[in-house]
Amino acid sequence: MAYKIIEGCVNCWACEPLCPSQAIHAAEPHFVIDAAACTECDGDHAHPQCASICPVEGVILDGFGIPVNPPGSLTGIPPERMAEAMAEIQAR
Amino acid sequence: MQQNVIQLGSARNEAARNEPEGTASGGCASSGCGSSSDKLAHLPEHIRAKVHNHPCFSEEAHHHYARMHVAVAPACNIQCHYCNRKYDCSNESRPGVVSEVMTPEQAVKKTLAVAAEIPQMTVLGIAGPGDPLANPERTLATFRALSEKAPDIKLCVSTNGLALPELVDEICQHNIDHVTITINCVDPEIGAKIYPWIFWNNRRVKGIKGARILIEQQQKGLQMLCDRGVLVKVNSVMIPGVNDQHLKEVSRVVKAKGAFLHNVMPLIAEAEHGTFYGIMGQRGPNPDELQALQDECAGDMAMMRHCRQCRADAVGMLGEDRGAEFSLDKVEQMDIDYDAAMQRRAEVHGAIEANRAAQQQRRNETFIPLTSLKRPSAAKPTQSPRSTLRPVLMAVATSGGGLINQHFGHAREFLIYEASAPTGTVAVRFIGARKVDLYCGGGDTCGDAETALAGSIRTLDGCEVVLCSKIGYEPWGDLEAAGILPSGEHAMEPIEDAVAAVYREMASSGRLDANTDATALSA
Repeated sequence: MAYKIIEGCVNCWACEPLCPSQAIHAAEPHFVIDAAACTECDGDHAHPQCASICPVEGVILDGFGIPVNPPGSLTGIPPERMAEAMAEIQAR
Repeated sequence: MQQNVIQLGSARNEAARNEPEGTASGGCASSGCGSSSDKLAHLPEHIRAKVHNHPCFSEEAHHHYARMHVAVAPACNIQCHYCNRKYDCSNESRPGVVSEVMTPEQAVKKTLAVAAEIPQMTVLGIAGPGDPLANPERTLATFRALSEKAPDIKLCVSTNGLALPELVDEICQHNIDHVTITINCVDPEIGAKIYPWIFWNNRRVKGIKGARILIEQQQKGLQMLCDRGVLVKVNSVMIPGVNDQHLKEVSRVVKAKGAFLHNVMPLIAEAEHGTFYGIMGQRGPNPDELQALQDECAGDMAMMRHCRQCRADAVGMLGEDRGAEFSLDKVEQMDIDYDAAMQRRAEVHGAIEANRAAQQQRRNETFIPLTSLKRPSAAKPTQSPRSTLRPVLMAVATSGGGLINQHFGHAREFLIYEASAPTGTVAVRFIGARKVDLYCGGGDTCGDAETALAGSIRTLDGCEVVLCSKIGYEPWGDLEAAGILPSGEHAMEPIEDAVAAVYREMASSGRLDANTDATALSA
């Protein structure tokens, strides 16, 4: 099993030096995790390092394809409030 | 109303701690007590020398010198509710926003290019877009190369403080003698309302627990830097209803540890920024609230009021951003002879210093007691100026050099000064900068000039006078209608002299009496 970085990654480099398996690399349009090298930090850390520092919700998926940091979990913004605010901005 | 108060006690303490044999001057010995340029006068000489040409650490210097930030540090180790990590934007001007993140090599090249093209540039700072100390290799590699290649540029770094204690020794090794720490609280419960999480010891730590660790690290790092003689400025974001009252305590605590300047900045929060505060409708402070808090904190230490909360890749004088002239591809085309540039920079700095000295000289001569002026109410001997003259806010359009030298319509920001006469001598103090409209370049290029003008006038709320080099007929009328007196009479004069002169004119024509009534006007 391996973690995966998807669209939405802002290429901030925070995860890259933390990976105990050097599985993360800069790439276009965003960083990627080498699935063959990723261990999900098993044996090295209690928590997956990339997903523990990533500042953007929803861009790191676990081995089951589920976002490790779902909407609202990092910013504290309730997803419904976010949707409302986005709709208000669109309507301007 | 407290300004230019010379904190003799603290000056002695600082001097005693940092420079046993140093002479803590009496504060106002060298410059006019009536001007705002001596607000650092209570600091020991070696500290004043360090900040003399640093635009971000000295209000007076920011009229003359420029700074730049290089965006080499994208990673961050905490989340703040006023920040959104999707930082790429070319139109916005606020901290944490940049157009392109660069490598240390690209940053060095850009810095040399800017230093050559803008010789007034004295300071290179690393401020993000993440936290510079969460990217220690990139940040320190940039500083290492620059201290070799451009020894005439001051290096400084800005941090949230989480990684500071472990990096203090490296910072000192790289000759970085100006550090800014953003400290928004010293109480973890308040911290939990500002910082949703930090990354610490290989895990994400949320809430009060995370805030407590951050606060401990910030205070520890501040102490370590002060112990090593590094100059520390503390930035605080004023968040109404969250930490506004608490910042007075923060000011006391950081001053006691040895921070030399406190910069209380207004929260910037708009829904379109996508930040927690922006989306949740948290408001920022209005100028009056900000000024009131800055004044309250000022009892404890020197306050900074000229901060423009610039981008993490800003280039130029504080009020401007010339970053677009130095994009990566443009810098790539430039061929810089830095030895020649350094020569020219020294000449330009020499000319700036000669000009500053002349301005200071003139200021010392022109600040004369108000009581020596003939004015109607002065005829009554029992009336002291302290009780009769009210303070006045004036807005100034300047493009640098400490002069009134900008057309009203070209001003993208106004510097706000307060003139008063607390002790019978005109005192001029700088209150802050107010931006006009970030997206409007002026009447000609902007579709709706009337709206832009209305915006400018709103920006000047609370001011009674606006000083500029020139002003158009139409804005003149609108300003007068709004109760603001425009003046182009003091074009090319030093700002503080002109503000004082206008205040004296107002005083002698009886317009400043606290209770301006029929008797005062007819006297």
